[in-house]
Amino acid sequence: MIRGRIFLWGLVALTAGLFGLFAYQLSQPKDEFIQSTMIGKPIPPFDLPPSVPERPGLASGNLADGQPKLLNVFASWCVPCIAEAPNLARLEAAGANIVGIAIRDRSQDTEFFLRQNGNPFSRIGRDDISAVQLSIGSSGVPETFVIDGQGIIRYQHIGDIRDSDVALLLEKLKEAGA
Amino acid sequence: MIAELGLAALWLATALAGLQLLGGVLGQRESGADLAALVRPAAVMQALLCAFAFGTLVLLFARTDLSVALVAQNSHSEKPLIFKIAGPWGNHEGSMLLWITVMSLAGGLIALVERRLPEKTLLATLAAQAFVGLGFYAFLLVSSNPFERLDPAPAQGLGLNPLLQDIGLAMHPPTLYCGYVGLSVAFSFAVGALLTRQVTPDFARVIRPWVLGAWIFLTLGITAGSYWAYYELGWGGWWFWDPTENASLMPWLAATALLHSVSVLAARDALRTWTILLGVVAFSMSMVGTFLVRSGVVTSVHAFAVDPQRGTFILVLLTIYIGGALVLFATRAGTIAEGERFTVMSREGALVINNVALSALLGIVLLGTLYPLLTEAFGVKVSVGPPYFNPVGAVFLMPMLAVLAVGPLLRWRRDSFARIRLPVLAAFAVGLAVLLGMWLIAGMALLPLLGMAMAAVVGIGSVLPLLGRSLRRLPLATLGMVVAHFGVAVALFGMAADSAFSIEKLVAARQGDTTEVGPWRVTLASVEPVAGPNWTALEARLSASYRGGAPSEIKPQARSFWAPPQQTSESALLTRWNGQLYTVIGGEADGDRWQLRLWWKPFVTWIWYGGALIALGGLLALIGRLRTDLKRRTVRARVAARRMEAVA
Repeated sequence: MIRGRIFLWGLVALTAGLFGLFAYQLSQPKDEFIQSTMIGKPIPPFDLPPSVPERPGLASGNLADGQPKLLNVFASWCVPCIAEAPNLARLEAAGANIVGIAIRDRSQDTEFFLRQNGNPFSRIGRDDISAVQLSIGSSGVPETFVIDGQGIIRYQHIGDIRDSDVALLLEKLKEAGA
Repeated sequence: MIAELGLAALWLATALAGLQLLGGVLGQRESGADLAALVRPAAVMQALLCAFAFGTLVLLFARTDLSVALVAQNSHSEKPLIFKIAGPWGNHEGSMLLWITVMSLAGGLIALVERRLPEKTLLATLAAQAFVGLGFYAFLLVSSNPFERLDPAPAQGLGLNPLLQDIGLAMHPPTLYCGYVGLSVAFSFAVGALLTRQVTPDFARVIRPWVLGAWIFLTLGITAGSYWAYYELGWGGWWFWDPTENASLMPWLAATALLHSVSVLAARDALRTWTILLGVVAFSMSMVGTFLVRSGVVTSVHAFAVDPQRGTFILVLLTIYIGGALVLFATRAGTIAEGERFTVMSREGALVINNVALSALLGIVLLGTLYPLLTEAFGVKVSVGPPYFNPVGAVFLMPMLAVLAVGPLLRWRRDSFARIRLPVLAAFAVGLAVLLGMWLIAGMALLPLLGMAMAAVVGIGSVLPLLGRSLRRLPLATLGMVVAHFGVAVALFGMAADSAFSIEKLVAARQGDTTEVGPWRVTLASVEPVAGPNWTALEARLSASYRGGAPSEIKPQARSFWAPPQQTSESALLTRWNGQLYTVIGGEADGDRWQLRLWWKPFVTWIWYGGALIALGGLLALIGRLRTDLKRRTVRARVAARRMEAVA
């Protein structure tokens, strides 16, 4: 009978411990973002065809031409990409060289998207199966990478670029150029 | 106006639940007799009001009333009507309202029909039911009001997650909820029995239909959910050990154990405290599952309605109900008299082994599900998957299945092995032959091999109780048991065959290309754009022929929904009695080629046929039990009437 009692209260204690764990985990901020493990490493070789006729495609060689760049991963079907469009335009106006990768997108859709929201890109590669996206460690759209002149990934911004992020990205771009 | 009526009904129902709780508690004393008389009517009225509130929400969704926030966030005027009606439970608020509605309907039904228990036990049960209900009412009204208005109303709704726009899924949540709620009834009865110290065979007979009913719904829910994941996600797998799946499996395991121990209590008046504990655990697992899925503490491929604030609310409810019930159990368990005794070699003995094995499986699944949570608290991220669950589960599953094949042949209380030696040895000999044969011929891996052999043992063992018995005089409940156990064998065979013999091909095909996958030859005829009511898609026209027979056409699609924007792949299946051809079209590869993913899955459908058989067995048993109960009730009424006459 005593053993039974110990078992029962042990069960109660175990449950209490479990709920304590639940409560602890609930109070922890959840990191939903998966940081790329490619930061600090050179960009893997790739060669993407052009997405729209008015801009050339994008190859890894274009990213190692001595000039730091912003690499923006976007798609016409992505709503936050519309939200960040004005800020990409501001970055371009501030002198950033922005290249894009259109993810799982049809050319006519990309064209329509760029007509609607502006085209800040100097080159746009077309990545139909997310192969390049995955190889640089991006887990969603939109994401923006800072690439230095040697083609090394220096910084990753996950999600849409908010007004408050513009200065930070310009700062990172300047660091990458130095 | 409609939304406000629904909300008012919900508030009234809450008040009645309060009255039901008060009456049930105060009615335990003589002085509270007046209040006690209100408990049953309160339960019935509460059920009606709740059903009314839910009805108004369905109406709001059917009419796409976008001034209601919930409708605007989850519906769209151009969605097909059937999915508009299913809309209320495709989201958090509506599904909670569905939960409380089913729960109050169960309470109302108990109040209307249940006369077998001592009145005080029943009052305590209805009070417990109201106590649990009040938590959910508070949850709904305080933090997830489904009737909240949106001002100004938007021009168009956001739409329902396209993965959820599927007829199977329209039925999936209500099915699981009926299961969870059935277990909440068992929980309330267990608490009522503990409070009044009345753990009797009558108690077991009263809760048995609820447990059986809950178990049938859970079985159907899990089976359907597994099939949905199989054909809708387009990954070709049928079980992923995902936290959401585990959340539905754990209550099922507990309910299965409870189902069997309730039978022992009803027939033999043994396992009293154990049955009560399982009653508490089964519902606790439903609530823990709900918490895991809704709070977002574990990451799941299909966690929906995730919100930490709601998680906190559910956690508080969990602590009150489960913690309270366990403490009550720990203090009271010693005062419940020990039940009848039995030897190990008996029906009870086999059922105890079954219960221990099921509890161990439950522990394994719970540990695997929570382990990532535990290590994360120490800063280590892990994910637990099939490499853990499959072998560790098998360690306990195999002995349980062996006992399953033998147990039903044993007599109650005491038996000898010599009596049943012949059929049992025959069954295991066949199992051994299958094991050796499959190993030599097919060279299967260990787990599928064991599964295949055990399927044979269980398949034979499950029908042995029919030997020498007249099928016409067989009680329906016994037939149900045989069917359900046979279903286990069928499902196990499907699982083993699928994991051992599946063939997968991934190709980039041009028009006219032919691919061989197992006995099938699949030719890509063309790829065409097609459009549906709220999506557009690329559709591959494939012609598939089995062993050179006449080709059939199948059309897998890659769909793009525009409200909300999302891509899904609609797999296309060709089903034969001995398996399925499973086809998925991916994206375009280098201009003129298309990615095709093809599987030949031998006997995979047997998994779900097995699940359906298990549920059917439960249904037969339920009908059998209810018929006996009704007969007893008429006999009781007649005896009472005769006694009245004699007195007069």
